[in-house]
Amino acid sequence: MSAPRDSVLAIRDLRVVAPNGAVLVDGISLDLPRGEILGLIGESGAGKSTIGLAAMGYGRGGCRIAGGRIELAGTELTASSRPVREAMRGARIAYVAQSAAAAFDPAMRLDRQILETPLQHGLMSAAEARDWMVELFRALQLPDPEGFGRRYPHQVSGGQLQRAMMAMAMSGKPDVLVLDEPTTALDVTTQVEVLALLRDTIRRYGTSALYITHDLAVVAQLADRLMVLRHGREVESGTTAEVLESPREDYTRRLVAERRESLAPAAGVRHDAGETVLDLRNVDAGYGGSLVLQDVSLSVRRGETLAVVGESGSGKSTLARLVAGLLPPARGVVDFRGRPLPGSYRDRDLAGLKSIQMIYQLPDVALNPRQTVGEAIGRPLAFYRGLRGAARREEVARLLALIGLPGDFADRLPGALSGGQNQRVCIARALAAEPDLLICDEVTSALDPLIAEDILRLLRRLQDELGMTYLFITHDLSVVRRLADRTVVMQKGRIVEEGPTATLFETPRAAYTRTLLDSVPELRRDWLDGVLARRVR
Amino acid sequence: MAPRALRSVPPTAWIGMALIALNLLMFLLGPELAPFGQEETVGAPFDPPSAGHLLGLDQNGRDMLSRLLYGARMSIGVSLAAVALSFSLGVPLGILAAIRGRAVDTVLSRVVDTVMSVPVLISALVVLQALGSSLPVLIVTIGLLDSTRVFRLSRIVAQGINAMEYAEVARLRGEGLGWMIGREILPNAMPPLVAEFGLRFCFTFLFVAGLSYLGLGVQPPFADWGGMVRDNQQGILYGLYAPLFPAAAIALLTIGVNLVVDWLLAGRTTVQGENR
Amino acid sequence: MSRLILGRLAWGLLTLWLVSVLVFAGTELLPGDVAAAILGQNATPESLAALREELGLNAPALQRYVAWLLGFLHGDLGESLANRTPVAELLWPRFGNTMALAAYAAVVAVPLAVTLGILSAVRRGSLFDRGANVIALATVSLPEYFLGLLLILLLSVRTGLLPSLANTYEGMGFLAWLQATTLPMIVLTLVTVAQIMRMTRTAVLGVMDQPFIEMAYLKGLRNGRVVLRHAVPNAAAPIVNVVAFNIAYLITGVVLVEAVFNYNGLGRFMVDAVSKRDLPMVQGAAMVFAAVYVLLNMTADIAAIALNPRLRHPRAKEA
Repeated sequence: MSAPRDSVLAIRDLRVVAPNGAVLVDGISLDLPRGEILGLIGESGAGKSTIGLAAMGYGRGGCRIAGGRIELAGTELTASSRPVREAMRGARIAYVAQSAAAAFDPAMRLDRQILETPLQHGLMSAAEARDWMVELFRALQLPDPEGFGRRYPHQVSGGQLQRAMMAMAMSGKPDVLVLDEPTTALDVTTQVEVLALLRDTIRRYGTSALYITHDLAVVAQLADRLMVLRHGREVESGTTAEVLESPREDYTRRLVAERRESLAPAAGVRHDAGETVLDLRNVDAGYGGSLVLQDVSLSVRRGETLAVVGESGSGKSTLARLVAGLLPPARGVVDFRGRPLPGSYRDRDLAGLKSIQMIYQLPDVALNPRQTVGEAIGRPLAFYRGLRGAARREEVARLLALIGLPGDFADRLPGALSGGQNQRVCIARALAAEPDLLICDEVTSALDPLIAEDILRLLRRLQDELGMTYLFITHDLSVVRRLADRTVVMQKGRIVEEGPTATLFETPRAAYTRTLLDSVPELRRDWLDGVLARRVR
Repeated sequence: MAPRALRSVPPTAWIGMALIALNLLMFLLGPELAPFGQEETVGAPFDPPSAGHLLGLDQNGRDMLSRLLYGARMSIGVSLAAVALSFSLGVPLGILAAIRGRAVDTVLSRVVDTVMSVPVLISALVVLQALGSSLPVLIVTIGLLDSTRVFRLSRIVAQGINAMEYAEVARLRGEGLGWMIGREILPNAMPPLVAEFGLRFCFTFLFVAGLSYLGLGVQPPFADWGGMVRDNQQGILYGLYAPLFPAAAIALLTIGVNLVVDWLLAGRTTVQGENR
Repeated sequence: MSRLILGRLAWGLLTLWLVSVLVFAGTELLPGDVAAAILGQNATPESLAALREELGLNAPALQRYVAWLLGFLHGDLGESLANRTPVAELLWPRFGNTMALAAYAAVVAVPLAVTLGILSAVRRGSLFDRGANVIALATVSLPEYFLGLLLILLLSVRTGLLPSLANTYEGMGFLAWLQATTLPMIVLTLVTVAQIMRMTRTAVLGVMDQPFIEMAYLKGLRNGRVVLRHAVPNAAAPIVNVVAFNIAYLITGVVLVEAVFNYNGLGRFMVDAVSKRDLPMVQGAAMVFAAVYVLLNMTADIAAIALNPRLRHPRAKEA
């Protein structure tokens, strides 16, 4: 192997095969020089996690390294025995997962889990390992570095746990870190600090890293070089600046363009809004004794899009459930088209149920796996509009055409469709009821960026053609920018700011809105430093 | 099933299916296939196996093979009837409790919890003490007691499905109970329920045979496998295999069903670290 | 956590009470006349009426239930209809015998089964695991009397190693008792080991698909350590449940084994009482069996609560 001399990880012609014979990764070669961060970019199914795990000599879920060579710190992994690979893991190469809550053993104290790596590999004495762990805790700005490790995983917050996992990965002083979407599960405001601490820790100890993510803006802040992947193959690679500023391949150009467009200044979408469809005044709601929504007032007018943004725990999804009738309000008034809306869906008549439809985050769970696409779309047609036989089939075909799917999809089961296609079916099912209000609850969050963009475009077109009214629930500010006429910002169950989208983005009044807007990663490489500087101020 | 899918069936499952098919045949055609009558005395007690009597004679000099064939209908039939009863009761009630929740669920679940807090055998013995043992009492008692377990599984499975968003969509559409059960829940609950049917059958089958073995199940003059073990038990002290034939017949059918269920349930769990 | 445990204790007591209602209802309210059962063929309308009066069967059901329950709480289980001896005198020695046999089997079966279950989870997919799985599947399917008779044939009739009947008596030596009860113990052990082993393996493997197990492998830990230190502690609660469930089974499943080996335990006692339709004896035995079962399940649930790290180390400590 002719790896550059200072390369700590060198992969040549890697090929990984799934148990069912599908090729997940093919023909991948890369070099990781000491102290460098290589970003692996791609949508789901691009094989980026598979490559990261293969670098550790590990195949997830029965996947097998079927070809190629992996040289880690001078040791060839694919040909070596299991004990050799085990000795490398944790000591020379370590893994940071997306969900720290799932990656920590719930029955073991944090320090015992973190010290396990250096002690089991015999890398240092117990005292040295503990000192090193406390130093890492301090570097990662965890509270009470001496005592932090005595806690159990469920006793610390999500952002702290993610940093604790970084400490666990660094505990064996590895040469290489594999960071697999380490901030994706965090809220944007938390993501900023974790991202900064990850970067500083990697730089301070001169560790090399593979940084796996789907988010170009995030990786732009950390990576020296980027490799773009698609369907398990390399699309292109180069320095971060080269790839972001002058992408050579069409696919990369589309990825970058999508991200740039999502960050473009709010277009100031403005529909000619009609009568008020939905009107909430001073609404409280909650589960058990605790209120999740407090004193919420908002209104949606016909033909417009009202976006509700907030981080986890802001109450935005509870708001969607309230309007849908799944959670009756504890106090306040909810009017729909000028008349009081019964709190529970059970008390609403068919016309009321028909007029409010909902689309969900996970299309695969929102469609019954045992009903064909035609049945799913056809049921509301029969149920609300009494369409039968040929009339119903024609209407299904018309709806399928409207959402951009071929007519023969009517006979397929959801399992045979992709996530984006299933989300289109969910939209068609909602349209079949001819609703006055469409609640969209994080409808693009589970989709890859390019697919999500298609769905957003479809929703926008439907609004233009049919005059649809949307109540759009999301945590993603870039979606809000592109779609919403007006925006409501929520925090801890209360509305902190409300206004026309363009105005709100340009001149946010509430401090929380400013923090939120500021925390959205941008493609500029100096964005993170800028945010940190502004935060200190 | 496609040829490729057939090839992926493990040999143990094939053995299981063969055993089930054999027993089904005995259940359907047993008396027609039997060379002798079930009450017909054809020789001396405990005659060893011979060409004319492949499994020998029982404690009354009746042909063991013929009695096994006759007994199949009784042993398997009673269990099938009881399981059918327990499913036709447990599945609808379990799904109803899951969908309706609240009072219906609380009442049904409390009753079921209480019944299940007594071992089935003890409950059955209490009822048999009061009512005496007859076929209808046997079938209804076992069916009712077993329906608690079917209820519990159906309820949990239905709760899981009912919490899915597609069920929520149907509820929000205003669908009635019939559509919810028939179109949303049952089709998705089938795989675990089918496996449970196999397991419940095994349990019931062993249970009926056990009661008969204790002399409290199927009563003479009907031949049934559990009772045949009891009747021939003394033979073992003389080193004879006689009681082992009906006992083995019971075991083989149970093994067969278990092998198939094991295959149906396999592959549901994934395990980390297979290729490490 | 202590509130949860207290709640479970209260629920256990409530269940015991509900069970007493169930047993009483099952024995006394179901159609079928006790007096007719006792007198059998010789019953005349006059003698039936007299006996009903004597047994107090004419009183309202609720009154009879209260009287029965109060007697029960004072250790008065009534008199046997067949020979007019107090039920308690007949029942407790046999209950002791059953508990002794169950304990003997549990002492052998539980450690063996849990070890085998964990071992087969550690070496999943190996020849050992697959072999153990098939053998366990077979043993679970075999009726107790099949195993019992087979063992009598092999170990007793053919070789004379162990006695074919488990004859025990008051004041017999420990070794003699062991020898007499070893065959039934082996049968009970075989049946329960298979169950516990399979369920332990399933419980451990159920934890094995968690991401934190993958993380443990990615830390370079050896397979044994991953299973023993990370999978087993998280599977402890289900394993405790499995063990309790099977010990409860030992105590009731013993009915068939006692019949095979003619062992003088509570199971055979109850079967005899049912055949003779001796109501107070059936009530007494059923209540004792049910109580043991309820108590065992309660113990298992409390153990599971105590083993849950989230409940042992509440979040409040963080603040």
